[in-house]
Amino acid sequence: MSLALEVRDLNKFFGGLHATRNVSMAVPKGELHAVIGPNGAGKTTLISQLFGELRPNSGQVLVDGRDVTHRPVHERAGLGMARSFQITTLVRDLSVGENVILALLARRGHAGRFWRRVDRNAELQDAAGLALARIGMDPSHLPRRVSDLSHGEQRLLELAIALVGEPSLILLDEPMAGLGSEESRAMTRLLAQLKGKTTVLLVEHDMEAVFELADRLTVLVRGEVVAVGTPDQIRNDERVREAYLGEDA
Amino acid sequence: MPNTIPARARPAMLTSRAVQARAADRDLVAAFVLLALLAATPLVLSAFGQEFWTDVVLRAMILAIAAASLNFLIGLGGLVSLGHAAFLGIGGYATGILADFDIDNGFIQLAAVLGASALFALVTGMVALRTKGVHFIMITLAFAQMVYFTMIGLRQFGGDDGLTINYTSMFGGFDLGRKDTLYYVVLAVLAVVMLGYARLRKSDFGLLLKAAKGNERRVSAVGFDPYRYRLAAYVVAGMTCALAGFLDANFTSFVTPGSMSWITSAELIFIVIVGGVATICGPIVGALVFLLIEEIMGGVTVYWHFWFGLFLIAIVLFARNGLVGLLTGGRR
Amino acid sequence: MDTVLFANQLLNGIQLGLILFLLAAGLSLVFGIMDFINLAHGVFYMIGAYVCASIAIASGSFVLGIVIALPVTLAFGLAAEWLIVRHFYKRDHLDQVLATFGMVLCADTAVKYFWGPQGLSVPLPAWLSGQISLAGVTLPGYRLFITVVAAAVAIALWQVIARTRVGMMVRASASNEEMARALGIETRMVFALVFAIGAVLAAIAGIMVAPITGASIGMGNQVVILALVVIIIGGIGSIFGAFVAAIGVGLIDTLGRAYLPTILGAVFSPSVASSAGPSLASILIYVTMTLVLIFRPSGLFPPANR
Repeated sequence: MSLALEVRDLNKFFGGLHATRNVSMAVPKGELHAVIGPNGAGKTTLISQLFGELRPNSGQVLVDGRDVTHRPVHERAGLGMARSFQITTLVRDLSVGENVILALLARRGHAGRFWRRVDRNAELQDAAGLALARIGMDPSHLPRRVSDLSHGEQRLLELAIALVGEPSLILLDEPMAGLGSEESRAMTRLLAQLKGKTTVLLVEHDMEAVFELADRLTVLVRGEVVAVGTPDQIRNDERVREAYLGEDA
Repeated sequence: MPNTIPARARPAMLTSRAVQARAADRDLVAAFVLLALLAATPLVLSAFGQEFWTDVVLRAMILAIAAASLNFLIGLGGLVSLGHAAFLGIGGYATGILADFDIDNGFIQLAAVLGASALFALVTGMVALRTKGVHFIMITLAFAQMVYFTMIGLRQFGGDDGLTINYTSMFGGFDLGRKDTLYYVVLAVLAVVMLGYARLRKSDFGLLLKAAKGNERRVSAVGFDPYRYRLAAYVVAGMTCALAGFLDANFTSFVTPGSMSWITSAELIFIVIVGGVATICGPIVGALVFLLIEEIMGGVTVYWHFWFGLFLIAIVLFARNGLVGLLTGGRR
Repeated sequence: MDTVLFANQLLNGIQLGLILFLLAAGLSLVFGIMDFINLAHGVFYMIGAYVCASIAIASGSFVLGIVIALPVTLAFGLAAEWLIVRHFYKRDHLDQVLATFGMVLCADTAVKYFWGPQGLSVPLPAWLSGQISLAGVTLPGYRLFITVVAAAVAIALWQVIARTRVGMMVRASASNEEMARALGIETRMVFALVFAIGAVLAAIAGIMVAPITGASIGMGNQVVILALVVIIIGGIGSIFGAFVAAIGVGLIDTLGRAYLPTILGAVFSPSVASSAGPSLASILIYVTMTLVLIFRPSGLFPPANR
C-alpha cells in the first residue's frame, strides 16, 4: 500500500501550549481522510504544518514517501500538494480569472516569461474557464473582481484553485465554513466527485458531510490523536464519544 | 445552484471591472499622446526662443525614468522604498568616477552603471525583501543612507561638495552629452521604460507581483516563491533608476551625495503618487508637475516650498489616484 | 588613551543618546499606538528650538524661552494632529510618509519666512556655561545640564506610562483600540494627547540642542531619520527599547566620530581618515539597524502586547 501522506510523531509548541502532540497519520493514495475534533483541537495548526506554513518542533511529514518537513510552501505545491484556507485566501483586488490563471501558471511552471501577456492569451483564458466549470461556475464570472463575489462563490473559487493542475494531495481546511445548507450540499457533491481520483485531507465541522464523505477519520483532541477509523468505527468509539461527541451532546 | 448570481445583478458587477479596463486603455493612449507631444516640444519651444524650458522638460523626463522604476516597485509590487534615490546616485557616481579616471567610453560607463546598480540591488534586496511594511521602508532608507554617507566621506570624489564630471559619455563617435541629441536619447529611453512598464503590467510577471502584493500567502500556496520575483523586480527597478542617474550625469555634468538623500527618495515617491500609482503616464505627469511647480512657483516666491507641501498633503488627502487617475477615472 | 577626552566623549554620546530618546519616545508611541509613521516629528524639534531661541534673544532669559516654547509646541502639536494627522491614522504608510513629508516642507518654509534663512544662535546663561569638575574630570556644565534634564524627562515619562491612569489608557489604546473604546476610553482624545506629548518631548530635545548647534532650518530632518532608526532598533512602541537604542546610537555616533579617524589613520592617509571617519560612524548606525532587522525583525525589545 503506498501512502500519499505520512506524518510521524509531529509536535508543535506555541510557548507553553502543546498544540500538536506526537501526531502520526498514514493516508493511502486515493483516500478521502477527514480530521475532526472540537474547537481548539489544533486542526488548522496541523494542516499548516503539513503544508509548510508552520514548522513543527519535531517530527516528519512525508508526501509520496518523500520527506518534505523542511521544504518551503512553494516547493510543496510544486510536488503536487494544494490547500484551501479556512478563511478565504484569494487576491481580492484581482479578477476571478487572474486568481485562477495564477494557479495555472504555477502548476505549469511557466512564470517569469516576463513579456507574455496573460490577459490576451486565449489558451489560458480557456483553461481558467474549464477550472471554473469543474466547480459548476460559469466562465462569465472570469472578469469579475474577487471582492465582488459572494462568500459562497469565494469558497467555491478557493476549491477551484486548489484543484487546478490535478494535485495529488489536497488539504481542505473547512471548505464549508460560513456556507448555507443549500451551498453546503453543493459543496459536498463536489467533494464526493473527488473521491478515488485524488487524495484529500478534509478538516470540517459539518459532521453530516464528514460522515457521508470520509473513507476514514482521525479524531484530534487537544492536539492529540484519540482515534482513527472508518465512519462506523468512529461513531461507535467510546473514547470519541467521551472526548468529543459527548461534549457536544 | 448556489454559485449563480441573478442575471439582473451581473451587468452592474461587471462594470467596475470594465471601468478599470477602459481607464487602463485611456492611460495607454495618453502615453502615446504624451510621448508625441514631448517629441515636438523642443521644436516648438525653440521656435519661441524658450530653450530654457526645453531643459526643464528634459530634467522632468530623466526624473520620470527614475520615478517610473519606483512606480514599478510601488504600483505592481507594493514595495515602498524610501531609498530609491540611492540608485540615481550610483548611476551618477559610476559615470563620474570613471570620467574622473579619464574613461569616457560610454559602453564601459554604461556597463559599470548597470553592473554596480544590479549588484547593489541584489545584495540589498536580498536583505530588504525579507522584511515587510514599515521595516522595508526603513531598511531601504538605511541602505541609501549608507551609500550617501560613503560618498560624503570620499573626499577624493568631491565628498560633500559633489563631483564635477569633465567628460561626457562617448559612444564611438557619438557624444551623449550633446544638448541637441541628449533630449531625444532621453525621450527614447523614457518611451521604452513607459511602454515596457505597460507590457510588464499585463504579463505573467506583473500578475505575480500584483498577486503577491494583494495576498502573499495565496501566491506561495499555488507554488510560487514571491521573494524571488520581488528580488527580480527590485533589481530591474534599481538598474532602470541607475540609468536615469547616468543620463542625468551627462545632462548636468555633476553629481552630489544630495541626489541620494532621503529627501530625494521622498520626492520620487511624491512624483509617483501625484502622477498616479500604477499608471503608465503617472511618472512623467508627476515629474512635469513637480518641476513646473518648482520653476513657476519658484519664480513667484522663494517660499514656494510651503505651497508645494500643502499641495502634496491635499493630493494625498483628496486625490488618491493621482492626477492621471483623476483624468482617466481609474481606481487604485 | 586620554581619559579626560574619553570621559567627555562618553558624556557627549550619552547626551546625544538622550536627545535622540526624547525624539524617539514620542515617535515610537505615535507609531506603536496609531500605526503612524511621522516624518514631520523633527518639525517640533525645530519649532521648539526657534521659539525658545527668539524669546531667549529678545528677553535675555533662556528659562523664559523654555517656559514659553513648551506650550507653544503643545499647541502646534494639537493643531497638526487635528488638522492633518488624524486623517491618516487608517491610511497606508505610503500616504503617511508623503503627507508628513509635505508637512516638513511647509514647516521648513514657514520658519524661513518668519525667521529668515540664516538660523539663530542661542546665548547660554552664565550659570550654565561654566565647567564642572567631577571626580577630577572637568566637564562642560551645559552638557551635564542636558544630560540631567533629559534623564529626568525619560524617568518621568516612564513613570507616567507605567504607573498613572493616563498611562494605563495609553497602553490600553495601544494594545487594543476597540477594546479600549468599549471600556469607555476616548481613543481620539488619547491619540491627540499622545501626539501632542510627543511633540513637546521633541521640542524639549530641540531646545536643549539649540545652544550647542544653534537653531537652523531643516535641523530636524536628519535627526528624525536617526530617531526612526532608534525605534526600529528598540522595537516599535517600546519606550524602554527606544531608551536603550537611543543611548546605543548616540554612543556609536559620538565615539565613532571621535575615534574612527584615529583608527583609520593607522591605515589610510590623515586626510582620507579625517573625512571618512565621521561618515563611517554614520554608516555604522545604519549597519547596526540592518543587523538588528535581520536577526531580530521586531527590534531588540518589542512590546509584550504585540
